[in-house]
Amino acid sequence: MRGNLAKAFELANSEKFRRAPLPKSYTDFLGRKLFLFLLTVQGLGAFALITLGVILKKSGVAENVIRPRIRQEITRAGVALLPMFLFVALALGFLVIGQTVSALEKVGAVSYLGSTMVIVVVRELGPLLAAMLVLARVGTAHVIELGTARALGEVEALEALGIDPVHYLIVPRVIGMALGIFSLTIYLIIGALASGYLFAFLQDVALKPGDYFKQIAEALGWLDFALLALKTIAFGFFIAIVTCYHGLAQPLRLEDVSRVAVRAVTQGVIVCVLIDAVFIVLYLVT
Amino acid sequence: MSETQTIPAIEMRGVNVAAMRDASFTVLADVNWSVAAGEFWVIAGQEQSGKSDLLMLAAGLMPPAGGDCQILGSDPKNFGESELAERLRVGFVFQGGHLFNQLTIAENIALPLRYAQNLTAAEAAGEVATLLELMELTPLANVTPANVAANWRQRAALARSLILQPEVLLLDNPLTGLGARHRQWWLRFLDLLSCGYAQLGGQPLTLVVTADDLRPWQHERRKYALLHDKKFLPLGGWNEVEASGDPIVKELLAGLVETTI
Repeated sequence: MRGNLAKAFELANSEKFRRAPLPKSYTDFLGRKLFLFLLTVQGLGAFALITLGVILKKSGVAENVIRPRIRQEITRAGVALLPMFLFVALALGFLVIGQTVSALEKVGAVSYLGSTMVIVVVRELGPLLAAMLVLARVGTAHVIELGTARALGEVEALEALGIDPVHYLIVPRVIGMALGIFSLTIYLIIGALASGYLFAFLQDVALKPGDYFKQIAEALGWLDFALLALKTIAFGFFIAIVTCYHGLAQPLRLEDVSRVAVRAVTQGVIVCVLIDAVFIVLYLVT
Repeated sequence: MSETQTIPAIEMRGVNVAAMRDASFTVLADVNWSVAAGEFWVIAGQEQSGKSDLLMLAAGLMPPAGGDCQILGSDPKNFGESELAERLRVGFVFQGGHLFNQLTIAENIALPLRYAQNLTAAEAAGEVATLLELMELTPLANVTPANVAANWRQRAALARSLILQPEVLLLDNPLTGLGARHRQWWLRFLDLLSCGYAQLGGQPLTLVVTADDLRPWQHERRKYALLHDKKFLPLGGWNEVEASGDPIVKELLAGLVETTI
């Protein structure tokens, strides 16, 4: 066996092998990956539509049970993360914005500060960073909680008791995460812009606070507010869908939960980047 | 005799039962079974004989793979959102309880009632307190299931299914893993439910339990069936069970476990 491995290693590194066409097994591998990717997209799409359907159809059902759960999820994906976001906002302001302000001043381009800040912080960095942090902190917890619940038969128990698992387990998480990311992004942006100026002020940049915030206010259009809201809500909705889908939609055993959590986080990052790309196109078109 | 008493609680004609985890695999074929209202059935079988799958089907939680099945006069294939109240006339207690780990024992018991009737926790508190007391669970009301012994978790699962006041109660291996004192409590309590428990409305419940050991279930009023080799074999009463020459029945009566030691 070892001899075969060594031979394979030698073959893989030989010039002849590198130039050779891909063996059939590689095409099989790629085909399988592509097929699995399409199946996942189909599953996620169907799950998102089912969840939307339940949100619309059962908006008034068992309000006394679902509303407290939504509040609980908003607290978890929003309020409870405020201290961490305050820290990240300060760090973002000091590390990125402060340096940008300082650099623009050196090249005499302080007048571009407003539009630069809006593009960097309001449109891109703020929403994406908020989404990534919530994915890491709350999304992983969703997969583990739901995966464990699924593996321990809690989902079957809900069905036996006449409780719709999507309504009880998914809807509060989706709404909580969408509203949580939206609110946290606003706090992150405000915190980062303020701490950024503080850093620039400490570096003696000749820019008054009034001028700094005036430039930013002038660079912001109504479209920025509308697309920021849409983008952050889309981030929250799809992160919740991806994490809940992997935790709940398939039968799981306890030993599968950690593997599924890793896959969900990876797909969550990919989904966020894709949503971001869609919004970049929207900004460019509008 | 009222109409509800004449309609069988569960009626199966030529039913094939698929496995819960793999719908393409048939665990029981050609099941012919009729449970009259108020009866107490014990379905015995070895592990993987399809006991849980049969109960899930009888609860309307999965459709039959073939044949005709009626639950309280309704076809489970038609159980949708609008027929939920119909399906909830059948209660189900899972083996091990399957309690919700994020909720306390009291919250677990209250949840089905609160969801079905849109009640606040305070509004459901009275009925929850009654069940907690009946199950001797009051001291554990605010504890999460992970911090409670399996004996009490199983009782909490029973309380959770009784809060919706079902007419038929299906229990999957309810005695598994219980201590001797708790076993005695369960057998006595299920008998009370079967006869009509005054504190729970006094209406006699139709009961179906599964078991992998027949010995604790000896009773002249109960009916017995055996699941073996993908077949559903009605045995009759306890006398017929004892007289049966079937080696599997003998094994289930002797409590023997196959071992290689």
